[in-house]
Amino acid sequence: MISTATSAFINVQGLCKSFGGQVLYQDFDLTLPEGKVISVFGPNGCGKSTLINMMSGLIPIDQGQITVADKPLRRSRIGYVFQNYRDTLFPWMSAFDNIAYPLKVKGMAEKNRHQRVDQLLATFDITLDLRRYPYQFSGGQQQLIAILRAVVADPEVLFLDEPFSALDFEMTLYIREKLQQVHMESNLTTVVVSHDLEDAVYLADQILLLSKRPTHVVEKVQFELPRPRTPDTVSHPEFVRTKGHCLDIFRQEMRQ
Amino acid sequence: MNQKKRQRSPSQNPLAIASKWVPWADKLLPLLGVVILLSFWEIAATSNWVSPVLLPTPVATIAELVIVTFRPENGLFLDFFTTLWRTLLSFAIGAILGVPLGIILGSNERVYRSFEFLIDFFRSTPASALIPMFLLFLGTSDWNKVVIPAFAGFLVIIFNSAYGVMNARQSRILAARVMGASHWDIFKDVLFWESLPQIFIGLRTGISISLVIVIVAEMFIGTDVGLGKRIFETQQILNVRDMYASILTTGVLGYCLNMIFRFVEKQIVHWSGR
Repeated sequence: MISTATSAFINVQGLCKSFGGQVLYQDFDLTLPEGKVISVFGPNGCGKSTLINMMSGLIPIDQGQITVADKPLRRSRIGYVFQNYRDTLFPWMSAFDNIAYPLKVKGMAEKNRHQRVDQLLATFDITLDLRRYPYQFSGGQQQLIAILRAVVADPEVLFLDEPFSALDFEMTLYIREKLQQVHMESNLTTVVVSHDLEDAVYLADQILLLSKRPTHVVEKVQFELPRPRTPDTVSHPEFVRTKGHCLDIFRQEMRQ
Repeated sequence: MNQKKRQRSPSQNPLAIASKWVPWADKLLPLLGVVILLSFWEIAATSNWVSPVLLPTPVATIAELVIVTFRPENGLFLDFFTTLWRTLLSFAIGAILGVPLGIILGSNERVYRSFEFLIDFFRSTPASALIPMFLLFLGTSDWNKVVIPAFAGFLVIIFNSAYGVMNARQSRILAARVMGASHWDIFKDVLFWESLPQIFIGLRTGISISLVIVIVAEMFIGTDVGLGKRIFETQQILNVRDMYASILTTGVLGYCLNMIFRFVEKQIVHWSGR
C-alpha cells in the first residue's frame, strides 16, 4: 500500500510482538489517515486490542516503530476508552474530577478545567450532574464519562477498545450517536476495535480487516456514506453491501 | 442497589415461611439471639446448675454494672477510659508507622520480597507470646501496655497496606498512565486510593488486635487501672458480679470500636463494593 506523507498519520513499521512464544505480529506495517474513523475487525485472538494497545503505548512492542503525526508515541497525545468503564474510571473521584483528570495532570488551573469541561458538555449537549460519583450513573452514562475523559485534553488520536461490549442495546445506540457527534465536531482521528460488524461499519470511514495469527491486514475497506448517519443507515444499500463484503472476507479468513 | 434490597426482603425470599410473617417482626430478629442467651443465663443462674457464687443472674450483673460504673472510688469508668485510651494510642502508633511503611513496601517488589517472610512470621506469632520479652526490655512501665499492642497492630496494618498496594488493579493505573500522569500522580491519585479498601481491612483488624493485647497486657503486667486488671483482680477475690460486669464492658468497648470504624470506613471508602 502506497501512502503519501499526509495520509499516513499513524505509522506502524516492522512491528513484532509475541506473547509467550506465540507470534502475534511479525513485520507488521500499517498506515492510517488523519481525521478518519477506522474500525478494526477480525477473528478472535488476532490481537485487535493488542494492536491499539501498542499504538497507544499501553503495552510495549518487541520490535519496530510506531509514530503518530511523525512523533514517537511518548510525545503524542492519546485518548483511550477502555472496554470496561467500571475498572477504569476512578470511583473515589466525582464524575467531574474523572473527566478533568487529564487536564489536572497537565497542570491546568482548576478554573480553566471547569471551563473546558463545561464547554465539552455543551458541545455534546450532555446534562449530567457531575458532582456525583461514577458508580451512581448507569452503565451507558459511565461509558460516556469515560469518553469525555478521553477527549477532554484534545488528543491527536482517540482509541476505543470494544466500547460497547459492556452496554445493552439501547445504550450502544446512544453511545454510538455520541461518538459520531464527537467525530463530527472535532474531526478527531479515531481507531475503534469492535467485535460487532454493524457497529464497526456504522462508525467507520475505513474498516481494517485483520487475519488470524500471525496477524496481517487482509483489506482496508472504505465506507464513505456521509455523516450524520442515522438508524436508517443500516438499511442503506451501500451499508448492506459493505457489511456483506466485510463478512465475506471474514468468513474466507476463518476458513483458512 | 434496588435489586439487593429486593433480594433481602422476606416476601421475595423463597426460604422465608413467608405468608404470615409480619414485616416489623424482621426488625426484632437481631434481638432474638440476645434473648436466648439471657434466658439461658437466667435459667443457669437460678436453677442451681451453676453455683450462684460463680454465676450471678443477668439482672444482678447489669445492676452491678450500673453501680460500679459510676462509683466514685474504684469505679469502672476510669478503667474503661484507661483501656480505651491505651487501645487508641497503640492503634494510632501502629497505624502511623504501619500504613506508610506498608505502602512503601508494597510499591517496591524487591523491598517487599526482602521483608515478606519476616512480616508474615511475626504476624503469625501470637503477640501475647512476646509480652515476657517486652517485659525484659521495658519493665512494667505504663509504656509496655501501649508498645506491645502497638507492635501487634502494626504488623497486620503494614501487611495489609503492602498487600493492598501490590494487588491494586492494573487497569486504572494504565488508564492514568495513558492520560499522561507521572509516577507521583499515579501514586497519589490512583495507587493510594486503589489500596485504601485493603488498608482499611488492616486498620480494622489492627484496632481489634490492639484491644485484645491491651487487655492481656493489663492482666499480666502490673498496673493500677484498666479493664484487664479489673477482670483479673475481681476474679482473684471472687467478686464475680464485678467480674462479669467488667467482661461485658470489654465487649461493649470492642463492639463500639468496630461499629465506629465501620462507619468511618463507609464514609471514606464510599465506593467499596459498588
